[in-house]
Amino acid sequence: MDLTWSEADKAFRAEARSWLQANVPQPALPSGDTAEGFALHLEWEHRLYEDRWSVVSWPERYGGRDASLWQWVIFEEEYYRAGAPQRVTQNGIFLLAPTLFEFGTPEQQDRLLPRMAAAQDLWCQGWSEPGAGSDLAGISSRAAKVDGGWMLNGQKTWTTRGAFCTHLFGLFRSDPEAERHRGLTYLLVPLDAAGVTVRGFGRLDGDEGFAEVFFDDVFVSDEAVLGGVGEGWRVAMATTGSERGLTLRSPGRFTAAVDRLVELYRQHSGHAVPGARDRVVQAWIDAEAYRLFTLGTVTAIAEGHSPGAESSLNKIWWSEMDVRLHEAALELLGGEAELDGPWMRGFEFSLSGPIYAGTNEVQRNIAAERVLGLPRK
Amino acid sequence: MRFAPDPDQNALRDGLRSLLDKRCDPAVVRAAWDPDGGASLRSLWGELAEMGVVGLLVPESDGGSGLDWETAALVLEEAGRAALPLPLLETMGIALPALIGAGDPAGVVAGVLAGEVIVAVSFDGGLAPGATLADAAVVVGDDVTFYGPGEFSVTPAQSVDGSRRLGRITPSAPGTPLGALEPGQLFDLGALGAAAELLGLGAHMLEMTVAYVKGRQQYGVPIGSFQAVKHHLADVLVGLEFARPVVAYAAYSQAQGLPDARRAVSAAKAMAGDATTFAARQCLQCHGAMGYTDEYDLQLWMKRAWALAATYGGAAWHRDRVGTEMGI
Repeated sequence: MDLTWSEADKAFRAEARSWLQANVPQPALPSGDTAEGFALHLEWEHRLYEDRWSVVSWPERYGGRDASLWQWVIFEEEYYRAGAPQRVTQNGIFLLAPTLFEFGTPEQQDRLLPRMAAAQDLWCQGWSEPGAGSDLAGISSRAAKVDGGWMLNGQKTWTTRGAFCTHLFGLFRSDPEAERHRGLTYLLVPLDAAGVTVRGFGRLDGDEGFAEVFFDDVFVSDEAVLGGVGEGWRVAMATTGSERGLTLRSPGRFTAAVDRLVELYRQHSGHAVPGARDRVVQAWIDAEAYRLFTLGTVTAIAEGHSPGAESSLNKIWWSEMDVRLHEAALELLGGEAELDGPWMRGFEFSLSGPIYAGTNEVQRNIAAERVLGLPRK
Repeated sequence: MRFAPDPDQNALRDGLRSLLDKRCDPAVVRAAWDPDGGASLRSLWGELAEMGVVGLLVPESDGGSGLDWETAALVLEEAGRAALPLPLLETMGIALPALIGAGDPAGVVAGVLAGEVIVAVSFDGGLAPGATLADAAVVVGDDVTFYGPGEFSVTPAQSVDGSRRLGRITPSAPGTPLGALEPGQLFDLGALGAAAELLGLGAHMLEMTVAYVKGRQQYGVPIGSFQAVKHHLADVLVGLEFARPVVAYAAYSQAQGLPDARRAVSAAKAMAGDATTFAARQCLQCHGAMGYTDEYDLQLWMKRAWALAATYGGAAWHRDRVGTEMGI
């Protein structure tokens, strides 16, 4: 075991820290889940891109820095420590991009990745449907083969920031005869295509962070297929690994949140709620456990192992710890907790964690069946 | 950066696991409950000494293995997995570092390394695990004192886990003062070692229970196919998998002498204690009445888990100390 950073990693951290210090907007931007806030976040994304901080772990030719996974962890720590804005581009750069790197043709990679890094194309995820949530294989939106491409019909929903994005990556049923996981195709769809209708709607916190997307005879070309016709399930599962596991929820996010919780406790310690200190300490330990667990995951990936069903454990842990952390904060705030401030906003957002990216009930099934080997039926 | 055991650490752990698989099966653990039983435990202790496990933390120049707490934590996790009914933590992890730190003033280290002398440890007049097996004792109070054979008596105490061989140590001679390590440092070594053992106990209970629910049929299907059972055991797995890196980090911090060692050890003991007592409860539940018997082996691990979760500071005590170390 060796938990010392190399000189190169230290230099990378120093460079990231000083750039963030000089550039993070003050005061903090309004929520990126409204039209006005999204526009401000987009300016921030362009600023990140200009100085090559938007996709640090990508190859340089696509706008990244070829940073190692360790440096990605460092960047995320510094990013959240600096109180930098939420990443409104995250569904593209953290969910679609890993899939493009694995399954995309060189033409697709060259065409799509630079525009994604530069926040010119803004991607949302089109998986869930009114009739297919946790049971994702039950989707019914269709892609019918036509000359030179595909004709899309159907509806997606719960599409995060769909009303503000320019493109959608989604799963469509390309073989109506095939059942469940078979006969699905992963397609990349411009949202300005004829026949696409996007309707934004409010999340629990009231922001228009959700959208439903309707497809009425929408034509996309053959180049829109990612990873092969009928291969959609396999291709999509590569992305869920990212979503549940490492990339979407870096430890830096939670260690920074716990630092704010500890600060809140200090401010309120004069009239502390009984038991509050224990909860604050537990939150600190939980975030520390997540940070250390991640160091183990990164070590394994760096040595050529690929994280499998273990990513379900990860998702259960960070999402439930995030809820507990915010509950502890609200308890400290007492009568002020109900104010529509950052802690209440954070609490509302934390409640989505155990639901999205596969509910934690589904994750527990996966952990029990694929890690422990319990029988499916 | 590398947060994983090194190959030679894994090799030692695997070697110990295979020794304990052969020499410390549940029948051995059960036999250790007999207050007069001891001969077979002695020979097992001798094998551990021969393997270099007892002297793991003793420098090579003093005849030991010259390893550190990173490896000691892995070794103690294996001891927990096997529910080893011997005071390995106390002799290897507390007494020998105290004796070596003081320069072996009683001239006993060679005998301990040879497996001839088992050393129990008691803190503040409290219960000492392995006391009824021990040949010598380290008593930690305001000072740290070593008592050799004939310099103390033992009053046996009945633990819920009879294989703990608990007793209270009463000195009958002045003993030999051991200066170097502070009482608080020795206590922290106990907490760290107990955290590692707890992880192993929890992992074994989970393995036993997974095997049981795969085989046990009710309503015509294995009970492990029921979602309620799956979720109980998934929760156990999550708890243990997230306690493990916290224990590994505490061992690293202790080995490196980092300034956050005390906070890290307390976080580890709190996490491992909570995760393993939770594991014990869920595993008992998933076994149904089968687990609630003396004859079924789950109880051997479960009772050890209760004992170790409480000793060297319970979870709430350690969280309180984490808070103090955080400055809140």
